[in-house]
Amino acid sequence: MKKLIIDILLGSLLVFSFTSLVLLIAGAPVLDAFKHIWLGAFASSIKISQVLSVWVPLTLCSCGLLFTFRANLWNIGIEGQVTMGAIGAMAVLRIPGIDPTLTLCLAFLTSMLCGGAWGLFAGLLKTRGGVHEIFGGLGLNFVSQGFILWLIFGPWKRPGIASMSGTELLNRKLWLASLPGWRVATAGIIITITILILTWLFLQKSRLGLKLKAIGQNPKAALLYAISPERYYLQSIFIAGSCAGIAGFIQTTGVYHRLIPSISSGYGYLALLLVMLSGYKIVLIPILAFFFASLNVGAIQLPIVLQLDSALAGVIQGCCVLCALFILGIRHDR
Amino acid sequence: MTRKITGILAVFVAAVALLLSPAQSHASADTFIFGLLMVGPANDHGWSQAHFEAGKEIERNIPGSKMIYIDKVNPADRPGVTIPFLVDDLVSKGAKLIIGNSDDMTDGIREAAILHPDIKFIHISGDDALNPDSPENLSNLMGKMEYGQMMAGFAAAMTTKTGKIGYLGPLINDETKRLAASCFLGARYAWTEVLKKDPADLSFKISWIGFWFNIPGVTSDPTQVAKNFFDSGYDVVISGIDTTEALIVADQKKKEGADVAAIPYDYEGACEIAPDACLGVPYFNWYPGYSYFINNIKNNDWKKEWLWLGPNWKDMNNTKKSSISFKNGNALPGDVQTKLAVFAKGLGNESISLFTGPLNFQDKSIFLKEGETATEKQIWNLPQLLEGMDGSSK
Repeated sequence: MKKLIIDILLGSLLVFSFTSLVLLIAGAPVLDAFKHIWLGAFASSIKISQVLSVWVPLTLCSCGLLFTFRANLWNIGIEGQVTMGAIGAMAVLRIPGIDPTLTLCLAFLTSMLCGGAWGLFAGLLKTRGGVHEIFGGLGLNFVSQGFILWLIFGPWKRPGIASMSGTELLNRKLWLASLPGWRVATAGIIITITILILTWLFLQKSRLGLKLKAIGQNPKAALLYAISPERYYLQSIFIAGSCAGIAGFIQTTGVYHRLIPSISSGYGYLALLLVMLSGYKIVLIPILAFFFASLNVGAIQLPIVLQLDSALAGVIQGCCVLCALFILGIRHDR
Repeated sequence: MTRKITGILAVFVAAVALLLSPAQSHASADTFIFGLLMVGPANDHGWSQAHFEAGKEIERNIPGSKMIYIDKVNPADRPGVTIPFLVDDLVSKGAKLIIGNSDDMTDGIREAAILHPDIKFIHISGDDALNPDSPENLSNLMGKMEYGQMMAGFAAAMTTKTGKIGYLGPLINDETKRLAASCFLGARYAWTEVLKKDPADLSFKISWIGFWFNIPGVTSDPTQVAKNFFDSGYDVVISGIDTTEALIVADQKKKEGADVAAIPYDYEGACEIAPDACLGVPYFNWYPGYSYFINNIKNNDWKKEWLWLGPNWKDMNNTKKSSISFKNGNALPGDVQTKLAVFAKGLGNESISLFTGPLNFQDKSIFLKEGETATEKQIWNLPQLLEGMDGSSK
């Protein structure tokens, strides 16, 4: 325990020093910058709810990635799986004449299926086509991006308008509801907490988790115990895609209320960093996701208050990951 | 060891407490803070910079006014950030008025206006205020750039040697269709009425890139589109997008020996990037509109309005008075400058009315019968391009 506290403090110190250096190079007043990022994320309940609206998709993607990382799969295609989930949801949301609650339920299920199927596609490319999941996933990300652009500029465009601004706004009855004064969909929070618990149960308490671990550590040895790596690769990537698909559903119905080209907002890639940073431990996922989300939301203060480029938030996030990996490396050597 | 850890923890707690202390607002009771949301960079030499400069001009001329702003407000540059989210933040910093400068922000501004009924909103280029059910705290402002584009088209047609004019279009909507059509009408007037040439010999082609500026991987690359125009015989390219790629490419081609030119858009200083390839620039002055609304708010005289402000024909280049202007560029020959001034005068005194029939739409259906003049509403909501224009209407 003592070691962990020292690691966290050392890591924080390293992150603080390194990011201070970056801010100094950018010509920013360091303490002011940190202060504004903090206030930008936590100064009011509205801001905290905005942090939670980023926390939701980030946590969902991270939960999904825990399954694939457990099987030693690099699911880079998570971005595309978010996008396909959003497309699947939108396809249902566009159907007229159905009860809004039923439509939302159907959209939720479709987003899971579409995200999962897109993941499965990358898995099949690996197991049947011998394409490494990193390359397959990246390729499929491009395909999904092309597909969403085609839909937005083509069959799903607003009447008389062809713009990357997105599709027409959803009917208000199809927006996920928020509590008064809050900016995060309540259903999103409930779904995310449920998925977190389910992920923990599956990975820690079920045979699936155990078998994925066996395959992840030694697929050849797993075969000796009659565990088919191919089957579990596909299962894990389907689950990951489904979680990402749900993130796409919430982005569409709870955040943007329409389909836009960058509906995934880069949360899939960010989740990859986050999961690595957590050392693949689920208990750290919600905490780290909250940290990254607050950094994302708070960093918007840099351009507003200090006229700095908010891309610096990305630099800070990168610093966090590098420092954490450095500390983990030292710990491993010790 | 435990003592050391406790010590470090204490330092951290102190640092966090320091960071937690709320920001002090330095705004006095007389300060009027307004927030500006810009779709592109504040230094784009185009649309967003024109707004930014107007905001600065407001700060200089209306005592107590203070602008807070954020640029690059679009999902590609700021993923995950929504308009209501930014408005919440600007309001928490004391903004009493929010200006959203893009049609891309239509839905977000409307949503934010409903969430903040005590704050006033101006959405640039939209027409929500025409809808009786729209929020009372949301007005619209736009300039009649149709006149600026008519002048751009006129200058292009007077200058082209090949009779081929390219139009670098952003996305397709009513605004962009009416602006491109205005440009075409100005060009056709110069071609047929001043140069006395056959309209069939004038080619006016539009390429839409998909957004107001380049977003790699999402829009068509405006640099590439401009190059394609010049490489296929179009010797004048008029830009309808927020940034200056057409002018930069024209300048490169000119330096390689080609006899080409371009007309940028939006911002008074746009030609400065490549003055020798620039025929001129139609530009917006947002100061008159901004100051009108801000003074109304300060005098408790706000009402929901849809303002479509035209040029001040008597003093078109006065940034305090005229919402629309045209600035001649170095590449525009002196005799054409004279003819352009005559043309502008004709537009101003309405002896030249280009949206007067006979005019057909691109699909050959009748837009305006012989002698019929379009209403403001017909021009604002132009459903498709006009006959003679080459490009997509939807």
